[in-house]
Formats: sequence, structure tokens, C-alpha cells
Amino acid sequence: MTDKLITLKNNMYIQLFIEFFKLGLFTIGGGMAMIPLIQGIVVDRKHWMTEEEAVDCIAVSQGLPGVIAINMATYIGQKKKGIPGGIIATVGVMLPSLIIIIMVVELLSTIGGNKYVAGALVGIKAAATGLIIFAAYKLGKQILKGPFQWILAVAAFAVIAFLGVNAVWAIIGGIVAGLIYTKIKPSGEDGGEEK
Amino acid sequence: MIYIRLFLAFAKIGFFGFGGGMAMLPMIYQIAQDFGEISTDEFSNLVGISQVTPGPIAVNAATYVGYCTAGLGGAIVATLGVAVPSFVLVSLACYFINKFKESAVIKGAFVGIRPVTVGLIGAAVIFMGQSLAANISAVSLAIVAVTVVSVGKLKISPIAIVIAAGVIGAILCG
Repeated sequence: MTDKLITLKNNMYIQLFIEFFKLGLFTIGGGMAMIPLIQGIVVDRKHWMTEEEAVDCIAVSQGLPGVIAINMATYIGQKKKGIPGGIIATVGVMLPSLIIIIMVVELLSTIGGNKYVAGALVGIKAAATGLIIFAAYKLGKQILKGPFQWILAVAAFAVIAFLGVNAVWAIIGGIVAGLIYTKIKPSGEDGGEEK
Repeated sequence: MIYIRLFLAFAKIGFFGFGGGMAMLPMIYQIAQDFGEISTDEFSNLVGISQVTPGPIAVNAATYVGYCTAGLGGAIVATLGVAVPSFVLVSLACYFINKFKESAVIKGAFVGIRPVTVGLIGAAVIFMGQSLAANISAVSLAIVAVTVVSVGKLKISPIAIVIAAGVIGAILCG
């Protein structure tokens, strides 16, 4: 019995699932907060990757669209155990969110009408708005270093917030503008480094 | 069919969602509006709650919209929509890792994507603000201002701030 449990525990698929499930369960604050934790697990604790491989993984995960946590789970899972490994790690990292949000929806549908709960939600929403304002300010300070960056940021903001343009078009517009800009001005100015 | 619509709608995030959760918010808002089962106000509640529950905001939002639109099956399909594009793109990128890192096209694209993500986060502020403005009060405005200062100048943990704001809201707005 114990032997069986130990083999089960050492199974790579199960390890991938457990580690990514824990990440999904305990990381509050999104993908950026997850990066150092994942690095700690795969490099220092589990030795699934070298430091250098982990840096590659982070670069790819941030460079691609999509949720960073899912990108990293897919990358690491695939590296270790091919496509099934990628699927298992990704399911592991998403499952806690799925369960918790369904619980929240059910909870709110029963107690959401309560005036204290409604009041708490007003407070929570206000604080979240403050957090988003600060995120825009902080990222803006890092990235908006010249007229090109300012024009793109303001244009994206205005067309989405006030003209109802689909955000996908803003991204595509940004890609096109970036490619044209680097073609015209290849002198190495790249509009601020993202950390 | 509703499941296919949910999958495709959330696949947009997987293909075009750059810059992390907050920059994805406008896209997520627009998807939620397309399905019409959830008001902007309800959705803003979710964005607020997501600050104190674990997991990526895009996955939380996909679960929420999918579940409210078509139950558990909807939640699963919508979250798969977020994940499947990542799967395809990461597999390709792993294969071409060195080309990917050196690619001038990808570098050039990011010169434009980065400023746009700032604009996207700004737009998310407007979407959240619309929900607050529906019944604007001195308390909610004060919480917004105090949050910006606490997280920016005083470096207080965002999680602690959101929880405190919930308690204050329950007492003063309840």
C-alpha cells in the first residue's frame, strides 16, 4: 500500500498536476505574481529545468498572448511529458479558479441581495478600480517614453473606452504600428523595456 | 450553438490577450457584453472579487461568464477557450525557441503592443468606473483614492487593501 502510494507520488503526471494545482490555488494577484513561484518550484525544488531553461520559458510565456500562468504550465508540462504533460499541468493550474468562481457565483446568488454584502462589493469594486488606476500609472511610467508610445496608448484607450471598438483591433493596430515604426526608425529606440 | 460561441469568444483572449490580466479586462468586458447574461455591474463585482481569490483573472472571468450563460458545461468550454490557443502557440514557440527569441518581427510587434496595453488598462478603469458611477458616493470615491495612495506610496499589499475596503463598504454602505 505504502509502496503503491510512493510510486503514485513519484509519477511525473501526478507531480505536474499537484504542483500546478497548488500554484493555481495559492497565487492571488495573477500571472505576474506566479512567475517567481514557478521558478522556485521547477528550478530549485523539483529540478525540472535549469535556470537558463526557466528564463527561456518565462520569455516565451510573456512574449506570447494568453494567460501567462497557462502558457508557463503548458511549456513546462510539455517539456517534461509531451502533450499529455502540458494538458495535465494546464488543467491543474486552471481547476482551482474554476471551482472557486463557481462557488462565488452560487454564494452571491443566495446572499448577494443582503445589504451588507452589497456594501462590501461596492468597497471591493472601488479598491479594485484604484488598483487598476495604479497599474496603468506604473506601466505607463515604464513604457510611455516618447510621442509614439503616448499616441498609441491614448488612441487605444479612447477607441475602446469611448468608441466601443473591439480591443482585439487595438492590439492588431498596435502590432502594425510597432512594425512600421521599427522599419522607419531602426536606430534601436524600442520604447522602454518591460521588466 | 452556445458552447461553440463561448469557446470561440474566449479563444480571442488566448490569441490576442497581451500584457497580463488587467490589460485583458476590456476584451473580457466586451465578451461578457456579447453574451448579455451578465450586467456590467455584476461583471465589475467579479473583477473586484478576483483581486482576492486565487487564479488568473481571465480564467476567473471565463468561468463566470460560461457558468452564468450555460452552467457547468459552459464554464468548462469557456476556460478551454482561454487555454487551447496558448497550447498551440506555446508548442510552436518551444519548437522555434531560438528563432522566437531573436525574431525582429516579434520585437517590432512588441514596440507597438506595449503602449497599447497601457491604453487597455486605462480603458479598464473606465469600465470599472461606469459601474461605480451608477450609484456614486463619497465612500467609494474615497476608497479609490486611498487605494491608489496605499498601493503606490505606502506599498501595502493589494489583497489587504481589497479586504479592508470590503469591510469598510459593508459598514458604511450596508
